[in-house]
Amino acid sequence: MKRIVNEMKLRLPARSQNESVCRSAISAFCSELDPTVEELGDIRLAVSEAVTNAIVHAYRELPMGEVGYVYISARLYDTREVSVEISDNGCGIENVDEAMKPAFTTGSSDRCGMGFLVMENFTDQLTVRSKVGRGTTVLMRKFLKP
Amino acid sequence: MATATLSKKGNTLTVRLECEIDHHTAKDIRERIDRSLDSERPGELILDFSKVSFMDSSGIGLIIGRVERASSIGAAVTVTGASGMIRKLLSMSGIEKLKSLRIV
Repeated sequence: MKRIVNEMKLRLPARSQNESVCRSAISAFCSELDPTVEELGDIRLAVSEAVTNAIVHAYRELPMGEVGYVYISARLYDTREVSVEISDNGCGIENVDEAMKPAFTTGSSDRCGMGFLVMENFTDQLTVRSKVGRGTTVLMRKFLKP
Repeated sequence: MATATLSKKGNTLTVRLECEIDHHTAKDIRERIDRSLDSERPGELILDFSKVSFMDSSGIGLIIGRVERASSIGAAVTVTGASGMIRKLLSMSGIEKLKSLRIV
């Protein structure tokens, strides 16, 4: 039966300057398990992608001046598992399977629709749940080497 | 803090990237490179990632967008200095298959 070593919850406005804040927070939080440079890099990357998705897409329909929030909840287990959940209560994704296909993206130029593919490749387990009009939750798990 | 240093030598525009590249920082970098592409009209664009400590898929989008932009003025693009994590990401993205992009 795995035991929680530490946990954290963060709530930040869904603004792009908070992408790096989230990465720094998750780095600091994971350091207790002494991950390798590569493992930490993978986690930072996956978190950056999920947070960016929330910032770019979740609150597109909010009126100007109103702000939505990104929620990060993370846990460290004594099995050396890192579990991170990134969620929003924004517009949600109509078809998650479709959205997770690479190069599928909505919105402006220079966005290449690769976020979910990156998350899948750089973590050990990825689950995406979403409900239109309610929001999206991305749960990622990384099992660190002993 | 500088996000990028741009310099022109002969027909080559070199962009030395010096920050973490994410959706937030990519915007400013994109605008500065595109302004220079328009005003300098180089034959070659070099994107130097040696001092980039982090990049997510926004960086891939940045590269793809610059390749498209540079191609439209007949310029070739070279990506240099990409190591470790960034190399892994470039590989995963399939960006190496792009014509008019060279990765050294």
